[in-house]
Amino acid sequence: MTGQRAAFRRKQAIMRRVVIGLVLLFFAVPLYGMFSDATKDVAGKHWSLATWRTLLDFPKISTKYPDLKTGFLASVGLAVVTVVVMLVLLVPTMTWVRLRLPGLTRTVEFICLLPLTVPAIVLVVGLTPIYSWLTGWLQYFFGPTIGSSTIWLALAYVVLVLPYAYRALDAGLRAIDVRTLSEAARSLGAGWGTVMWRVVLPNLRTAVLSASFLAVALTLGEFTIANLFSRTNLQVAMYLLGKSDAQISVAVGLLSLVFAFVVLFAMSFVGGARSATSPMTRLRRAKKEPA
Amino acid sequence: MFRAPTRRTALVAAASVAAALGVAACSAPSSSSTSTSTSGGGANAASATSAQALGGMDALVAAAKKEGALNVIALPPDWANYGEAITAFGAKYGIKVTSAQPDASSADEIAAATRLKGQPTAPDVFDVSQTVADANKATFAPYQVATWSTIPADRKDSTGVWVNDYAGYMSVGYDSAKVPAPTSVADLLKPAYKGKVALNGDPTKAGAAFAGVQMVSLAEGGTAADISKGVDFFKNLKKAGNFLPVDPTPATIQSGQTPVVFDWAYNNAPISTKLTTWKTWIPDNAILAAYYVQAINKDAPHPAAARLWEEFLFSDEGQNYWLKGAAFPVRYDAMKAAGTLDATALKSLPAVTGTPVTPTDADNTTAKDYLTKNWANAVG
Amino acid sequence: MADKESGRARGGRRPSGALLGVLPFFVYVTIFLIVPTLIVVIGAFFSQGSFSMVNIKALGESAVKTALWQSVILSLVTAVLGAVIGAVLAYAVSTAREGGIVKRFVTSLCGVLAQFGGVALAFAFMATFIGSGILAGLSSESGGLWLYAWNKGLILVYLYFQIPLMLIVFLPAVEGLRPQWREATETLGGSTFTYWRKVAGPILLPSFIGALLLLFTNAFSAYATAKALISQGTPLLPLGIDGALSSEVVLGQQDVAKAMALEMMVVVAVVMTIYTILDKRASRWLVK
Repeated sequence: MTGQRAAFRRKQAIMRRVVIGLVLLFFAVPLYGMFSDATKDVAGKHWSLATWRTLLDFPKISTKYPDLKTGFLASVGLAVVTVVVMLVLLVPTMTWVRLRLPGLTRTVEFICLLPLTVPAIVLVVGLTPIYSWLTGWLQYFFGPTIGSSTIWLALAYVVLVLPYAYRALDAGLRAIDVRTLSEAARSLGAGWGTVMWRVVLPNLRTAVLSASFLAVALTLGEFTIANLFSRTNLQVAMYLLGKSDAQISVAVGLLSLVFAFVVLFAMSFVGGARSATSPMTRLRRAKKEPA
Repeated sequence: MFRAPTRRTALVAAASVAAALGVAACSAPSSSSTSTSTSGGGANAASATSAQALGGMDALVAAAKKEGALNVIALPPDWANYGEAITAFGAKYGIKVTSAQPDASSADEIAAATRLKGQPTAPDVFDVSQTVADANKATFAPYQVATWSTIPADRKDSTGVWVNDYAGYMSVGYDSAKVPAPTSVADLLKPAYKGKVALNGDPTKAGAAFAGVQMVSLAEGGTAADISKGVDFFKNLKKAGNFLPVDPTPATIQSGQTPVVFDWAYNNAPISTKLTTWKTWIPDNAILAAYYVQAINKDAPHPAAARLWEEFLFSDEGQNYWLKGAAFPVRYDAMKAAGTLDATALKSLPAVTGTPVTPTDADNTTAKDYLTKNWANAVG
Repeated sequence: MADKESGRARGGRRPSGALLGVLPFFVYVTIFLIVPTLIVVIGAFFSQGSFSMVNIKALGESAVKTALWQSVILSLVTAVLGAVIGAVLAYAVSTAREGGIVKRFVTSLCGVLAQFGGVALAFAFMATFIGSGILAGLSSESGGLWLYAWNKGLILVYLYFQIPLMLIVFLPAVEGLRPQWREATETLGGSTFTYWRKVAGPILLPSFIGALLLLFTNAFSAYATAKALISQGTPLLPLGIDGALSSEVVLGQQDVAKAMALEMMVVVAVVMTIYTILDKRASRWLVK
């Protein structure tokens, strides 16, 4: 029996390496295409680091393109706000619908998928009156500078993130039995807040992380809406920088991918490896800890 | 089982719409007063039709400096040397220029002005095609620059609502290291150009590509109005497997994916400073010229800076920046007479032998009708 | 009915009380999603400020119909291929050590690539297959024109963001499979096939179909990458919308763009309905 299991593990490991290896190769080839283009001289014949040298000369590039810093800070802010608003809006709603209002499941799902049916260029048409109304109020309360700040775009980004976040969270919710878990917790005297925070959320770790991943990646890569509303985020600033030189535009495209990757990779270490324990064990543990 | 959800859905919908409408119904009070307060001394700049009306050039400069910012739109830095002009303007007056949507179309510029009306990020000035300018005169503020009298009368609206700024010649750019030099447009149908010829955009959408088809029409014996020969050419180009549907960018040109590109000479010519084998060629039998249009947004968040920008562009200095970018400035004749053309910049203007054809509105309308009906079938 | 009653017994509240829990969500989406969508939908029925069916009629043009058809095919093909490959990848990744570097690396990379698109992605493929790219040899005879065809190159390019998206949305479902279930199947004498057919398959199926739907709509609405690769004609519906909105040659087509957007919504609504039926079937299978 143990021999059989070891053989199975070996087979599984081989399968894993082959599949991951092949897919990573497919991912790597076009990226290499970009890299090699940015790392050659203008004639494309010899290797050259000139483009990278220009781009990584931070003091020079930040004085020449001050928008880059503005855009960078704006995008980081947008990513944080988008993730927070998205989670606050979606996790309780989806859990609640599952527990108390299953009849609304389809409605919520359709609404969450709706943003994908409306391409961003068209959504901007619809968002125009909303933002001109919103900006009016924001300028009234916070003054013209903060009122027309880039950060308010996060409210629209949350909408863009909905389809991806919904799917990731839904997969997570389907994998755990929310009803049994919450009933168990409720019967042990926990309030709805405790159920959400101490029971549901920890069990959704992978799903929440997946949803946040997509939200961060989408926000850091968002161009269309920021561009059309004439707000400077990272992509808009980098795009403008790329307009100065063809090779820099390629290098910039690659760099923004690397940056987003670093952010996501760092994010993947947040929370630690807790999901190895079973939900019921964690429920018991949660009960023991002071509320 | 089935009724309950429906009723619930309806209830939620009603409640949320009510809640949303409750907030949406009232818009922010006195949003117009906040926008005037941001423009400060620019309140009368918004209605000034010349620098004199504001008390002279110094007063205009002072008002613009007070605003401290200018929003331009759809000006790629490599388009007619706009990058250098923007930097020079910013440095000269200490005004921060924000360049939005560098790749936007003329129609997008007007859409952005409508979308961002009343917000400090709205565009102050436009650089649009004649067609778009004619259709949107109501969104422009009339203004006459100091050099107004030296602009030919047929190149401006009599009240100054719009003014032609620079013209371009339609050209063929090609990489001499990758393809043989074409001697006629028909050469491009040869096998040496297989999968190598690109047009800068779809002619039913982009003005540059539209002019490209008109130019080919001239070369093939047609006119700027009757472009059937131009469309046929691209049909044959596609059939020969030479026509690339890809949107060419400086990146695709430099790395060799689009070795032949139809585009304005002021876009093609500057590429040779980076890629020395890149040549710009204008066929002798098909010299097509078209002017672009300058206009000021009537709801400009920085009305004084917008007007100062126009003064700058139509000054000798500004006109020479375009010249340097291989564009043909509108005050060319006057500056030539006065001897103020930049001699080195003059060299970057592509050489043409022959009479340029400038399509009229009527030409464009006829051509457009034919194109919308036939282009998709020709290259689809 | 049983649901409702037990809900009442547990919470001791009327259902309308439960509705309060979802109100914030609905208010938010009403402002930032429903109202903007309605503005677009209503706009489709107006031309030059007055009610008109002109824009809807424009959808009957053969170019628009072709664009719609090709969009559906492209989305369907890339959704199915992306979902299958992505699901296999997700399973492979799920067998890696929890918290290990492989899992973190692949998920982070996929998170980024799932949102990668536009001019940069188009360029990446051109730099690979055209001119002096490393795989240019594959397309030297045809001049590389296959890359710019919606039913060839574009499929490959779309898979570049569809597969990573599948991994990200499907991984949580695969991770929900517990090793104990496989052990239990084995203990009861079941084969690997039985495990997939009777245990893992039914559990994963609803999530798989849901992810398939997401991938379909994701491809359906993508436009920036396609626009950079194919700028001539209107091979896909989103490109038609973009052209109608920003054409500087033919003006005043903004309302037609709204009609095309409405058409896209209708298509997704239809696909969504099919999905609902499939999902119900799948759930029933799961109960069995």
